[in-house]
Formats: sequence, structure tokens, C-alpha cells
Amino acid sequence: MSDRWDVVVVGAGIVGAACALECASRGLRTAIVEGRGIGGGATAAGMGHIVVMDDSPAQMALTHYSQTLWQELSDRLPRDVEYEPCGTLWVASDEEEMQEVHRKSALYATAGIATAILDSQMLADAEPHLRKPLAGALLVPSDAVLYPPCAAGYLLREALRLGARLYAPRTVLSAQAGKARLDDGSELQAARIVHACGADAAELLPGLPIRKRKGHLVITDRYPGFVRHQLVELGYLKSAHSLTADSVAFNVQPRRTGQVLIGSSRQYNTEGPAVDAQILSSMIERAQWYLPEIGALSAIRAWTGFRAATPDKLPLIGPWPEDDSLFLATGHEGLGITTSLGTARILVDHLLGEQTKIPIEPYLPSRFARSEAHA
Amino acid sequence: MPDPVRSLALRVNGVPLTVAPGTTVAAAIMMAGAPARRSVSGEPRGPLCGMGICFECRATVDGTPHQRSCQILCAEGMDVRTS
Amino acid sequence: MSEHFDILVVGAGPAGIAAAVSAAAAGKRVGLADDNPAPGGQIWRSGTFQPAAARRWLARLNAAPLVRLQGWRIFDSPQRGTLRAERNSDCRDLCYEQLILATGARERFLPFPGWTLPNVMGAGGLDAMVRGGLPIAGKRVVVAGTGPLLLAVAAHLARRGAKVVAVCEQAPLRRIVPLTAALLGEPAKLLQGIAYGVAARGARFFTGCWPIAVNGREKLESVTLQRNRKHWDVGCDYLACGFHLVPNLELPALLGCRIENGFVVADDLQRTSVADVFCAGEPTGIGGVELALLEGQVAGLAAAGRTAEAEKLARRRKRQGFVHALRTASVLDPQLGKLASDTTIVCRCEDVPFAALREHANWRDAKLHTRCGMGPCQGRICGTAAEFLFGWSAASVQSSIRPPVFPALVSSLGASAKETCQSDGLPSAGASTGSQKEIL
Repeated sequence: MSDRWDVVVVGAGIVGAACALECASRGLRTAIVEGRGIGGGATAAGMGHIVVMDDSPAQMALTHYSQTLWQELSDRLPRDVEYEPCGTLWVASDEEEMQEVHRKSALYATAGIATAILDSQMLADAEPHLRKPLAGALLVPSDAVLYPPCAAGYLLREALRLGARLYAPRTVLSAQAGKARLDDGSELQAARIVHACGADAAELLPGLPIRKRKGHLVITDRYPGFVRHQLVELGYLKSAHSLTADSVAFNVQPRRTGQVLIGSSRQYNTEGPAVDAQILSSMIERAQWYLPEIGALSAIRAWTGFRAATPDKLPLIGPWPEDDSLFLATGHEGLGITTSLGTARILVDHLLGEQTKIPIEPYLPSRFARSEAHA
Repeated sequence: MPDPVRSLALRVNGVPLTVAPGTTVAAAIMMAGAPARRSVSGEPRGPLCGMGICFECRATVDGTPHQRSCQILCAEGMDVRTS
Repeated sequence: MSEHFDILVVGAGPAGIAAAVSAAAAGKRVGLADDNPAPGGQIWRSGTFQPAAARRWLARLNAAPLVRLQGWRIFDSPQRGTLRAERNSDCRDLCYEQLILATGARERFLPFPGWTLPNVMGAGGLDAMVRGGLPIAGKRVVVAGTGPLLLAVAAHLARRGAKVVAVCEQAPLRRIVPLTAALLGEPAKLLQGIAYGVAARGARFFTGCWPIAVNGREKLESVTLQRNRKHWDVGCDYLACGFHLVPNLELPALLGCRIENGFVVADDLQRTSVADVFCAGEPTGIGGVELALLEGQVAGLAAAGRTAEAEKLARRRKRQGFVHALRTASVLDPQLGKLASDTTIVCRCEDVPFAALREHANWRDAKLHTRCGMGPCQGRICGTAAEFLFGWSAASVQSSIRPPVFPALVSSLGASAKETCQSDGLPSAGASTGSQKEIL
């Protein structure tokens, strides 16, 4: 006994949910399969930022495009999604980092993204709990934060409302050649199968260039107004870009609840979910350097999660060259919440043979198939 | 009349209150007739467990928020605020 | 800052005191950490009497050559052989060769309409508040729920001048009196006398009876009680209501101790599944004061290497026929799980109503999508309730226990573990051998 679908989406994290909604809203008969909870993987573990990043032109194109999609959606997001357009402050600790503020500002301007440059005093006024003096900051007012599990829940509910069908809790044992085999013995037939299972994607599709990159987060009790914007250090670029070493960076968010979310850390080669005392310590030390009073807040929870990291820090979006029926929507590393909507839109545009709003080529999985062929 | 040796003076939401030594801040808040806190949706709440695990008796004690008032003894001159 | 102990005991209730005193008597360097203002645990603070056993053990504790860490709350184990503790804004690492966990138990609370109103408290909760200075003389109190605390609390409040209007025990009295006797370490006959004493002061006893609603606006004004199919309102100033006890398992779970059927697994010598970690008292089974004292002594002696003496004591346990008292599940009437209405708050930290939880399949999903258990109590109240209401197994522990197991200052959580066991040059049983790269 098997059901026939236009698209079967594997994984109901925020990327899978967004893909299912996009498919359903374009009139495709859509099924979505999730083995654990809705938004229970990296979606639940992440910080939930909707942020433009400019590591590479392709990264900037996708994050910017996605952000505009979030903005279009923001009026309809239910309250529990906790969408908060708080903006990001890229904090410069010295003059060298101030150069980066100017560079970023110019770059964002070319993309049509408004920013403001804050000097030392303006930064101190904007965020009184930051250490003084700091050199300044770049304010990106269009950035936002939200609560990812409920965002995934909302996208999924919308997909179901438009006729998609959820199979959960069902684990996909194999998915290839237009067939997804589930753990209850049933089989779903589909013209297209979309892999959206984040860091676990490589388990279903050995050979995918995805590694797990572990992260830690800490959340405090409610201290409304302690910080007002998402705060990110500009040293973030240096540390997060290091592909091999463990690293921590200062990234703090105000949540709508008044809680303060403290990040971030990046580690390869650790599979266990346990909280690592040394990483946690380094991460908090870093946060305390920027926000000397944060140490006096009450921490109520710490947790870890795994990002799906690719070698070039860009996601895998589009057909898998070795199987005509397979499409990928994974490898978003730390940007899955932001880029979920853009990913879904260009994936489905491409799948339907339509023109994508931004070029899909930089994200096509075939870029790795090619490099492997040459290896 | 309060015995200066055997009583402590503190303020709960600005209102003076005299208690016996050994009195917890949670008990003082209840004597003052105030709920310890408003919940996240605005409901009045008071102590529940009395042993520091339920966090219902949280109050701001001498400027520090989120203090479990059932685990803190009153001290002379203490300033207690409930939300 | 760090301190080193041969044997570290966590919890200064009967089991912890007995363990610490026994280990210190064996010549070991012993630390006793406890998060309350004074030793004795909940039971010797909130018991009706100051029983002879309590006076005897507290005197022994005062005479024992050990380090008292009173008011320190353990919230993390940053590496093997180390627990991290906080008091106010101070933070310390406590290093040990052997660890004895005597973390005790807490009341179970179940939601029903109005249970979040001020002046609705736990039975032990109101008792603790009264001991903390809350005037109770002349106040009308209804004591309700189930379990060994109710009778003891009713008696204590009555002696303090409270007008105990009603004592409502959900379970049959014949099941509860032996339990109460075991919990307090007092003969059942004496307790029956106390029950009569409370009754003589005007309290009415009901069995098979429980509260179904609390009425009032800013605080409790009356409680609606139900027995058989009848219900009626009783005006009162306080409702003291708890549903038996549940063990505090967060720390054993963090350390990886095996937990089965809601209790820590321990052998005859109180050894857990984790090397060098012992557990005594209520976390291994709700068994009351006498059993806790015995288990504490066994653990203290065994940890100190006095195995023969420990074994001898452990045999006494069998000879005297101690049995762990009834498990909660066998005590609670299933109807208690149906008292909450759709709008009744289950998670008091985040104000999550019953209806929002019902649609979820398990604790983790409910937590992620409703914020239930995401507040500072870390699910100690709502997770325990959800276990009973929805059958979500071990909601409060095991599924995802991580540091901090109790809220702690960000600075305490982030304190570097550098200046601990190894760097002091002292041997540590389980010092981490991981070669974590230093960052920044």
C-alpha cells in the first residue's frame, strides 16, 4: 500500500516546514515526514535570528532575500512566534573593527539595506550595559529575532491548512528513486523528495558534504531592557569563519519575554550533546567582557545543538545530481531560521522550472559532486 | 510596641513593617498583604512550596530581582519590592 | 575557589546527616553541603515534633569534625569529581573522592482550578512558611491532598493556634497512618493520638475527599471540596495542599546515576551505577526517617571503606523488614488527573494552561511549543504534574538534564574550572582527562 505525492518533504524543522508550505501553496500535493518533534532538531536549539550576513555575495543574497520574505510574513505570525524586529548591532571593540563597520555599511548600502553607524557614545546610549568605551557599531534595523520551534509550527500548520499531510512520528528509513520508505512499513511515492533533515541529512544520503557543528547556548531569567538589540561582536567574523578550530563568539539577544539569550560556540568532532564546561566557560567569559553586568543575571537553562555545516558555508539547495527525484534543502549551518523561507522559495521555483528571484547556482548541490569528480 | 532588640524593621513596597528575627522575606511579604509577584500573564501569586524550588515567591530584595524570598531571612533596613 | 574532601555529602536531611557523621567518625575529611538556612532537611524542619532522633543526630552533627557548607546550592558538575555550588553570589567548586547524594524529596502538586491563587500552598509549604514567621493563630486552614505530611502539618498548625477547619485525605486513613509513622519515624499509635488531638480542636476529617476548586479574586477565599459525588464550599484563609512526595533526582541524573521507576538505583551498600557515587534516603525510595538514617549510615561507612560495618548495618535493614512506602502511582486516585479545566494553569512560571499541553505527544514537544517547564523552576512543579496528568515519563529529569540543574548566576555557571582539583596538585578520583583546547 503506498500513497502518491507530488512532493515528499523529509524533516519538519523550520526548513522542511517552509518547503512544505511553499509546495502546498503552489498547489503541489505535499507530504511531510518527521520522526521526532516538529522543529525539534537544530530549529529548537538555535538562537532564532533573522539576520543579513555578508560572508559571501551568495550568503548575502540568500539572507537578504529571506529576510524580506520574513518581513512580508511578519504581520501574520502568531504571538507565540515572538517575532521581534529588534535590529542587530555589530559591535566594534577597536578602530580596526570600526573599519569593518564602514566596509559593511557600504556593502549593505549597495544591496539596498539601510544601516546606521554608531560612534562610541551613541553605542553607549543605545546599549547602556555594554562595556565602555567601545569603538562603535553598525546598526542593521531590519534584523529580527523569533522563537524558532513555534515559527516552524506555524509554517507547518499553514502547510496543512493548504492540504499538505503530516506523517509523524514517522522515521524515513530510505528515500530514493521517488520512494520514501517509512518505519511503519509504508511507502510514499513522490515525483520529488526534498531532504530537509539538517545535520542528519548525511545519514540518509551518505556522501553529503555535511558535518555536525556543535553549539552551546544559555538563557537567563527575565530582565526586560537589559539589552535592546541583538548584539554581535565583529570578531565573530574571525572566529566563526575558522573552519577547523573550536571557537566562541559574543552574540546576545533580547527575547520578547525579557530573557537574554547568550551565545555562541562552534565545535567540530564532538558528537555528544553534553554541555561542555570549558566551552561554556569561554563563551560566558566572552559575553562578560562585552557586558560586564551579565554575570549577575540568573541563568536558568543551557543547551547544545548541532548545525549542519558545509565546507563552503553555503547551504545545499536544489537537485541531487545522482538521483533525479531527490532535492536537497539542508546544510544551513547557523542560518537555517533566516534562510528557511528563501530556501523554500527558490527550491520550489527551481523544481517547477520557474525563474528564481535570486540565482540558485551558488547553492546547487552539484557544486560538490563536481569537486568530488576531480578529487 | 516593637522591641528594638527582638524586632527588625524593613520595607515592603515602601511600606514599613516590623518582624521578629528569623522571619523569612516571604512571610514578611504575606504579612504586608501583597502578592509576591505578578505572573507573566499578570495573575497574583504567592509562595507555594516554602522550600525554594517553585520560584513563586520571587521578589526584588535590596535591588536584586528574582530572589526566592522564602529562602532569605529579613534583615534590618531591607528593601523588598514585589512586582 | 575550590575545596577538597575525601567524602562529600549533598543534603543535610536525616540521610545526609547520618552519612556525614558516620564518614567523619571513620576519620575521613568530610564536607556536608546543603541549600537550606539550617540543617535537618524538610522533614526535621516541618515535622510535628522535634523527635528524639532529630535532637540526637543534630547534636552528633554539631560535634562531628566535618566541614559544614550550609546555604550552598549545588547546580553543576563541571568535571568528574567536582560539584559546583553557589551561595548568594559566591561560587565554589567542591572536589571529592567519594560522593553521597542525599537530596531528599519535595511535595507533588497537582493543578485544579484556582490552585495558583495566593494562600494556596503545599502542606509542607505552609508549614515551612509558619516556621518562617507567618502568623497562623486564629487563621482558618484546610489541609488537603494525600500523603504522610498532611496529618503532621495539621497537628503542627493546630498547635500553633490555627483553626484547622478540615483535613481532607484522598487515600484511606489506614494506608496513610503507617506511611506518616514511617516518614516521621514515630509510632503509628502516637499519630493516631495526634489525629484525635487535631479533631478535638474542631477539625473535620474526610477521606476519599479532595479540593476541586479554589475560589477568590486576588487570593484564596474558599475551597470547594468533593467527596463521593457531593461537593461543598469551605471558607478559609489558607489551603495547605500537597499530593505525596517525589524524590529530587536532578543531581543524580546529571551525574548519570541509573534511575528506574522514578528512583535512583542503589545496591545494599547504597552504591549507585556511577563509581564513587552513593545515594541514600528518599531518592532511592520514599521510606521515611528511620530508613533514611540507616541508609545514610550505610553510605557513610561504605564510602569511608568500612565495608564490614556497612554490610552489618545493611543487614539490619532486611531484618527489620523495612519496605519502601507506597509509590505515588498507587496512592493517587486517577480522578485527581482530571481536575484541571482547559484554562487551569499547569506551568506556573510561564502560565501555560492545561489545554495547550493536551495536544502534545510528549514532554519535550510540549516544552518546545508551549514554554511549559521553561521557567526558573525548570519543570520541578509542572513536569512532575505532567507526569501524572499525561503519563509523560520522567518529565522533569532524564530526558534532557543539563547544567545548571538549578538557576545560578551567569558568572557562576561560566566560572572557569581551571583552579580546581588538578591544579592544586591534589589527587582527584575522576579528574577530567579530556584535552579541551583553550579558547581565548
